[in-house]
Amino acid sequence: MSTALPLLEVQDLHVTYRAGGQATAAVRGVSFSLARGETLAIVGESGSGKSTLANALLGLLPGAARIDSGRVRLEGDDVTRASERQWQNLRGRSVGLVPQDPMVGLNPTVQVGRQIGEALIQAQGRRYPGVDADVLELLEQVGIDQPPLRARQYPHELSGGMRQRVLIAIALAGNPRLIIADEPTSALDVTVQRKILDHLQRLVAERGISLLIITHDLAVAADRADRLLVMKAGQLVEQGPPAQLLAQPRHAYTRALLAAAPAFGQRTPPPFRAAADSAPLLALEGVGKAFQLSGQERFQALRDVSLEVYAGQTLAIVGESGSGKSTTLRIALGLEQPSAGRVFFAGRDVTGLGWRQFRPLRQRVQLVQQNPFAALDPRMSIFESVVEPLVSFGLMKGRALEQEARQLMERVQLPVSYLDRLPRELSGGQRQRVAIARALALKPELLLLDEPVSALDVSVQAQILDLLAQLQQELGLAYLLVSHDLAVVASVAHQVVVLRQGEVVEQGAAAQVFGAPQSAYTQELLAAMPGRGRLSGTVRFFVCGPLTACRQAGRAVTR
Amino acid sequence: MPFSTVLDHAAPASSVAFEHVWRPRSRWQRVWLAVAPLLRKPGFVLALAIVVFALLAALAPGWLAHADPYATAPLAKLASPGAAHWFGTDELGRDLYTRVVYGARLSVTAALLAVGIALVGGLGLGIVAGFAGGRLDTVLMRVIDVMLALPGLLLALAIVTAIGFGTVPVAIAVGVGIVPGFARTTRAEVLRIKTLPYVEAARLGGASWTRTLVRHVLPNAWGPVAVLATLDFGAAILATAGLSFLGFGAAPPAAEWGTLIANGRVFLMTAPWVSLLPGLFLVAVVFSVNHIARTLEENPR
Amino acid sequence: MSRYVIGRIGQALLVLWGAYSVAYFILYLLPGDPLSIMLSASGVEIDALSPAELAKARAFYGLDQSVLQQYFSLLWGALHGDFGESLAMGRPVSSLLAERLPQTLGLAGVAIVLSLLAGIGLGYLGAYVRWRPLRQLLARLPSLGFSVPVFWIGLLLIQVFAFSLGWLPSTGNHGAASLVLPAITLAIPSAAVYAQVLQRGFQGVWHEPYIVTAYAKGLSRAQVQLRHGFKNAALPLLTLIGLQVGNTVSGAVLVETIFARNGIGRLAQEAVLRQDIPVVLAIVSISAAAFVLVNLLVDLLYPALDPRITHAPRIA
Repeated sequence: MSTALPLLEVQDLHVTYRAGGQATAAVRGVSFSLARGETLAIVGESGSGKSTLANALLGLLPGAARIDSGRVRLEGDDVTRASERQWQNLRGRSVGLVPQDPMVGLNPTVQVGRQIGEALIQAQGRRYPGVDADVLELLEQVGIDQPPLRARQYPHELSGGMRQRVLIAIALAGNPRLIIADEPTSALDVTVQRKILDHLQRLVAERGISLLIITHDLAVAADRADRLLVMKAGQLVEQGPPAQLLAQPRHAYTRALLAAAPAFGQRTPPPFRAAADSAPLLALEGVGKAFQLSGQERFQALRDVSLEVYAGQTLAIVGESGSGKSTTLRIALGLEQPSAGRVFFAGRDVTGLGWRQFRPLRQRVQLVQQNPFAALDPRMSIFESVVEPLVSFGLMKGRALEQEARQLMERVQLPVSYLDRLPRELSGGQRQRVAIARALALKPELLLLDEPVSALDVSVQAQILDLLAQLQQELGLAYLLVSHDLAVVASVAHQVVVLRQGEVVEQGAAAQVFGAPQSAYTQELLAAMPGRGRLSGTVRFFVCGPLTACRQAGRAVTR
Repeated sequence: MPFSTVLDHAAPASSVAFEHVWRPRSRWQRVWLAVAPLLRKPGFVLALAIVVFALLAALAPGWLAHADPYATAPLAKLASPGAAHWFGTDELGRDLYTRVVYGARLSVTAALLAVGIALVGGLGLGIVAGFAGGRLDTVLMRVIDVMLALPGLLLALAIVTAIGFGTVPVAIAVGVGIVPGFARTTRAEVLRIKTLPYVEAARLGGASWTRTLVRHVLPNAWGPVAVLATLDFGAAILATAGLSFLGFGAAPPAAEWGTLIANGRVFLMTAPWVSLLPGLFLVAVVFSVNHIARTLEENPR
Repeated sequence: MSRYVIGRIGQALLVLWGAYSVAYFILYLLPGDPLSIMLSASGVEIDALSPAELAKARAFYGLDQSVLQQYFSLLWGALHGDFGESLAMGRPVSSLLAERLPQTLGLAGVAIVLSLLAGIGLGYLGAYVRWRPLRQLLARLPSLGFSVPVFWIGLLLIQVFAFSLGWLPSTGNHGAASLVLPAITLAIPSAAVYAQVLQRGFQGVWHEPYIVTAYAKGLSRAQVQLRHGFKNAALPLLTLIGLQVGNTVSGAVLVETIFARNGIGRLAQEAVLRQDIPVVLAIVSISAAAFVLVNLLVDLLYPALDPRITHAPRIA
């Protein structure tokens, strides 16, 4: 952009972790520069080194990590070997940080206003009389209502979005030249994310601050940044403006990321085979659920929800936090009783069945849980975990059990030798496969999936979604999938139900809901999806109908 | 063609080659793999050695000390520690080292009994409270609150007032005092694990509550509970010694550690080793037990 | 809010009543023959009495009443501060308590303050230093602190400071100097617990994301530890103080015995030795009351320190 000195210059940086005699290179020879006022996004999966790079730029590398070689220049000054004292001066005043998770990024025992005030005082060097007024002004600038009230509140009294705004205020307090935003989109709802990121970019543009976004989400990066940097295993793989990267990715890894990212990729839901009999496998009719809170209050989690899942079909429930989607799943599983309405499984009314009575049905309905890291008993080997349902029902023993275990592992494409291992020796994606294998052990007809890929890296997400699609083809499984991620839903669902605060806002075939959304909320959700609507005026998505091939409507246009 | 093959994550599945090779790894192998690295820490090995010594002293004191703990030798009274008497002698000329070793039998056995009582009572209460939940849980928690309100030593004092003095009453008294803390920790662990996804997954897979308890909850709760049990063993040694120091333990000439220290009190100015050396031994044993507990805690398997 | 307070007070009273009942059960119902215990405590040989005298003795001790009657009359008396008469000393228990309680309160008070200062100081320091050898040493110290029996360390301190160096008296009830060694001895186990809990707290807190936010503002390590780390790491200490009161009272029994101080602790030891049941019951009740009171205060104060805990129902 301008020909002035770049704000940040990184030359051939190498950062290594040393622990217990072992050295792991986290950043290997990364070079890039950031001009004033520019927004740069660093995209990478876990283990790519992007977090280490961000820490290095703040002087917050943990003790075990060290900059081996290379140079970091901030506003012309070499800060590679800066002392802690020097870094204290730089942090807050030259470089600011917007941390990742607003739910835990603020001290829970100190009022919000005081935390912002602390940042202001630190930047100024000492306490000054106008601090309180400045705090209120900052709160207003970041878009928080009723600043005097909010300043006296504690973090837990604010919503996630407001907490994120407070963190932005803290970062802006010192009027830095560079702000590093670490995974600014992970912990919040899509619509909230969008508003906050818009706001952040506006503030940053007004003050001429450079923004460095660290993210695993290619779509967000493409939306927001002037330039993208793709990192893999500590190395910089490719860089360039988003339009160029998306249209003509040069490196194989970038291509793979594009292909895997649900927003850009080309996964289509497998064609839906209409079953011979048209009775739904699972049906919810007018289901409502109210929770009794202590005292007189009742919280209505669900209101009049009806849906039907057919064999071989995927129905996805989409909603933000608090929409009631998890409650719906639990009711379908019989873990919760609905306060109103009925639940039918294979034509049989299962509402209000006791645990004992429900138990035989469990062989036909299974659950894959959200968090693969807690879904497996850490003390049981993979073999024991996978065959446990068979043992609980007493279906098999001995050799037959081992045989079945082997077959299940093959089905989820894991090596049989993994049966010996413990969960902690497996990666997140592998654990999720094990969870799927366990769910398949009883040969169910319906699989319920609670955010099955949200805790995984993008490329691993792609693998799991592929696996699920394959299993559906091979076994004729029906899926009831719950997710907040529209891109994931768009790539796997035949039918979609959009929930908002316990009510069905829209439902129907995926093509229809995504192609021609009726309700304003659905439209808002779609518009907020990163990766669409910003690069061009036309909306990009894939239209798939039952039994028809998927076609692409609209295409990215360079800005 | 799935795009995932471009990325080198999923390993290829091949069933035939593994057909004859794979068998599940045995549990003992896994335990050994977990324990072996601990043995490389010098502190841990030393602590283990001391504790083994104490246990050996409790079971077979004759192997470790060759003198007679009750043999008096008035001529050698209050001799300071030296080659002949490693810990010196007491006011009746008895070899202190031997008396300490023989004292282990009473003190360590009392502590083991106390921890046994606490384990049975505390584990039982904690599991029932944690698992059952609801009303039963609230009632049991109140009961534990009440027990906690009676401070350990005082509760023990009340019990020995009622049932008399001696090693066994002391052990019972101490054991009952440890139960509430144990029950609380067990309950907290059970509650924590009960809500974890894999327990839910097991239940959804058809597991009964019994199976869930035995296969999932107990093995995973065992860690913190075992650490607490070890720490309580050390605390029980201290408590039983305290009670016998006050005079409520076994009658003389029995050589409980607390009694030894109490006996030596009178000679503190002239022959301090009579009290201090048995105490030092006691400290070494308890510190070693605590060290083992902490090492286990820091190295979860 | 006041509904909650009333509720907690009610709960505390319930626990206190429960504790009293348990103590009563142990002392009056557990022994095989309470009468013989009481008689021997008073110094009377049971065999020397005729049946008529036995019956009179039974009536005198209130043992001819039914269990419930006896229980309620004792409870009633206790609520009015009348704990009956000491069997061994023949004086009303309440006057004995009134004599000795101030001593113990003084000792326990000083010990609690000392233990808090030492424990928090050690814990804070252990989290602050970064030099590994010192850090490891400070981490091990608390463990040593609760491996050491209170009575032994008392004797050791007497040997070193009173006999060898002659700086402080080894026994006695009067003056600040005589309070130093007993208070230190009593403070050590509690200080060790506070130090360890605080160190653990810091270990947990250092990894919290808001610490990174604090650093990013440009604060130094000392500032981060004090302003952001300490308050959060010290929260578990509060509930601990309540529990430690019980341990302090228990410790007082041993410490007063060693240092020959005239407090409730030594009274308890003498009472148990002579099986003086009313005195033991009274002392146990008083310490249970102290424990319940301190815990109640801590419970009510907790929201002031941790703003996340409120007593009003919220939607989760």
